[in-house]
Amino acid sequence: MALGERDPHSGHMTTGHEWNGIKELNTPVPRAVWFFLIVTVIFSIGYWVLMPAWPLGDSYTRGLLGSDQKEIVARRVEAAAEERAAWAQRIAAMDYAEVRADPALMAHVREDGHRLFGDNCAACHGMDATGNSGFPNLVDGDWLWGGSPDAIARTITVGVNSPVSKDTRVSQMMAFGKDGILTGEEVMATADYVKSLSDPGWAKGKAASVARGKGVFAANCVACHGPQGKGSQELGAPDLTDRNWIYGGDIDAIHATIENGRQGEMPAWEHRLSPADRKILVLYLLDRGEALKAGAAKGAPR
Amino acid sequence: MSERQRGLIVLAVLAFIGLAMAVAGAGRGDPLQAHGYIVLLFSIGIGCVLLKGYFAPEPPATRLDSYYDDPSKVGIVLAMGWAVFGMFVGDWVAWLLAFPDLTFDAAWSSFGRLRPAHTTGVIFGFGGNALIATSFHVMQRTARARMPDQFSPWFVLIGYNLFCLLAVSGYFLGITQSKEYAEPEWYADIWLVIVWVTYLLLYLRTLARRKEPHIYVANWYYLAFILVVAILHVVNNLAVPASFAGAKSYSAFAGVQDAMTQWWYGHNAVAFFLTAGFLGMLYYYLPKRAERPIYSYRMSIIGFWGITFFYMWAGSHHLHYTALPQWVQTLGMTFSVMLIVPSWIAAANALLTLNGAWHKVRDDATLRFMMMAAIFYGLSTFEGSFMAIRSVNSLSHYTDWTIGHVHAGAMGWVALITFGSIYALVPWLWKRERMYSPALVEVHFWLALAGTLVYVFAMWNSGIIQGLMWRTYSDSGTLTYSFLDSMVAMHPYYVARAVGGLLFLIGAVVGCYNIWMTIRRPSGAEATADTPLPATMQPAE
Repeated sequence: MALGERDPHSGHMTTGHEWNGIKELNTPVPRAVWFFLIVTVIFSIGYWVLMPAWPLGDSYTRGLLGSDQKEIVARRVEAAAEERAAWAQRIAAMDYAEVRADPALMAHVREDGHRLFGDNCAACHGMDATGNSGFPNLVDGDWLWGGSPDAIARTITVGVNSPVSKDTRVSQMMAFGKDGILTGEEVMATADYVKSLSDPGWAKGKAASVARGKGVFAANCVACHGPQGKGSQELGAPDLTDRNWIYGGDIDAIHATIENGRQGEMPAWEHRLSPADRKILVLYLLDRGEALKAGAAKGAPR
Repeated sequence: MSERQRGLIVLAVLAFIGLAMAVAGAGRGDPLQAHGYIVLLFSIGIGCVLLKGYFAPEPPATRLDSYYDDPSKVGIVLAMGWAVFGMFVGDWVAWLLAFPDLTFDAAWSSFGRLRPAHTTGVIFGFGGNALIATSFHVMQRTARARMPDQFSPWFVLIGYNLFCLLAVSGYFLGITQSKEYAEPEWYADIWLVIVWVTYLLLYLRTLARRKEPHIYVANWYYLAFILVVAILHVVNNLAVPASFAGAKSYSAFAGVQDAMTQWWYGHNAVAFFLTAGFLGMLYYYLPKRAERPIYSYRMSIIGFWGITFFYMWAGSHHLHYTALPQWVQTLGMTFSVMLIVPSWIAAANALLTLNGAWHKVRDDATLRFMMMAAIFYGLSTFEGSFMAIRSVNSLSHYTDWTIGHVHAGAMGWVALITFGSIYALVPWLWKRERMYSPALVEVHFWLALAGTLVYVFAMWNSGIIQGLMWRTYSDSGTLTYSFLDSMVAMHPYYVARAVGGLLFLIGAVVGCYNIWMTIRRPSGAEATADTPLPATMQPAE
């Protein structure tokens, strides 16, 4: 090897190699490097001795601590279930009214319900359960399929138009315009009439159209929505006379609904959530709805 | 056969393959058809460029006395082009995560397709082209030998960019084998193998012609990068095409074996593509620019062998607390912990090399890019080893902390060392005294540093908050927060991240302008002699 030269700045010798002007110092490896290398190696060997580490054909070294991640998870899941069971079993055993009368249990419902609703329902119905376009508001007290605890529980269990549940709630509005059941003009007239049910001012200057729509409505819509357009909770047909709309209450949205029909879907949660979880959700929704009503009565902002 | 003829024949064969792909795909309505046309048009386009100079007289034989740098020049321009594309898509998806409607209602613009376009654009498009361009430059200088031929480097560079083009266009068309960082389908993978083997042979042939007795450290790293990436690429992409007339293939691996193979690949892609290759860059351009000797040859050796040995074991730390057997996780974790030592040796060797040149770091943004890169390299390797510890990983895994860590490495280390090296290299290659505007290099430096810090701090915050929210229990013994709660909590950090990314992107655009103006400006004073055997210099030994 060619002789190195001394670097004036560091005082170290170079190795004597040079590549296009780049030289290397022959500085010894700092002690700290060996120290940390030894420390990390000792740590690793210690870890291997204690934990599962090296393969041995079809087995492996199990380690002195006998740690097994699958067993640890199973144990923790069990412990968590036990902790929960203290109050969850009581909720499962009691009926809705009893739970709602028990402030301690309702505190659990509010905590767990928030998480359950957030993870399973909020994607469609919104974090505050007030719904989105196409997904009904669940806290306004206006229920499509009935607002009794049992009715709500059933909706959650079997879903609406769910392809999974045999007992699913079924509600399909036909595509009156697209499928040629009504003419374009009839669809327009019906939309005007339906709009006027909740918004009487709309009929102003459209008397002819509204009157025509009323006739079409009587012939085609009353089977589900009822003669007054009040809807039916048996059939999941919405009340058209109030201001609560699922798909929007402006004339274009109403027209689109009559033209193309609606077949909204809600999954059946029978196999995804336990009966206790579904019960907690029902209680959570009723509680939220009531809190909102109480807040509105006091004039608090929504 | 002349090199021009060889080029034409290769392009003709490629055009024929493209046509065959188009016809085969058309028969089945398969997206392979679109890729066939891309290959065909690409071959014809390159063929036109080749034909334009086909009948020009051969350049004089004296060219063989100088280094061959044209592929490096084109490679740098391509790298900067890919940088802007990849970072633009990256920042787009960053805004998209904060405001999900900022996209078109079309399949091609969905997050799942834009995201790999970003990662492929920056890692393979920007990083890969920069590695190829600089490796051609470095291997010739440190071997003091011209490349053995002119065909191979062009084949490698152009062929590699065809691979990148097929990869990115494939995502928009919906072609993917759904392996992270290994998304391209079987035919693109086979093409890359051919290109990569040519690259390896070119590197080895140049080294074999070297007129230096020793092989410089930078070459060890570049060679490790080329060799290991070849192995990783071949093994992880073993697959059976569903039909030779279609894009779809099925992996040779299934279940947890597939996951382990994928992360053995994925982590070593970080190790050998994003670390080893760029350490090669660092080991040449940093001492050149600082005009200082490497701090310690001995540390170079320990660092290199430590990194190459330990990294190979570390991939399983991506699969902590999964179906992967626990003993494999243990090995991944412990080797990751040991890996911190050689990583810091490499970072320290770079920073200590600057001893005696810190005044230059202060004055020269180009050198400061490289210094800052070494610091981020040290930070992100420490962070990586830390996150590989199982109990830490139980908090960090699946959170934005991982994204922050990756970007500390990708922006702070990989991109900064690349920009620094390119700013050093461009004036040398184009024989300019300096960059068009040193002030703009300075602007780029601060934009890049600010962007990286904003990005990384935002993701550290959001990641740790996310991890904590996911494991917080209420007094009822149930989880306190729903996933959506954590999403809502992330929003401000996602906006901050997108702003950081935007700063970084603007910096890259400034860099492009500066490089372009440097190239366009007429050559000033002739740069110092840069040939394999300058008359005044004798071999070192």
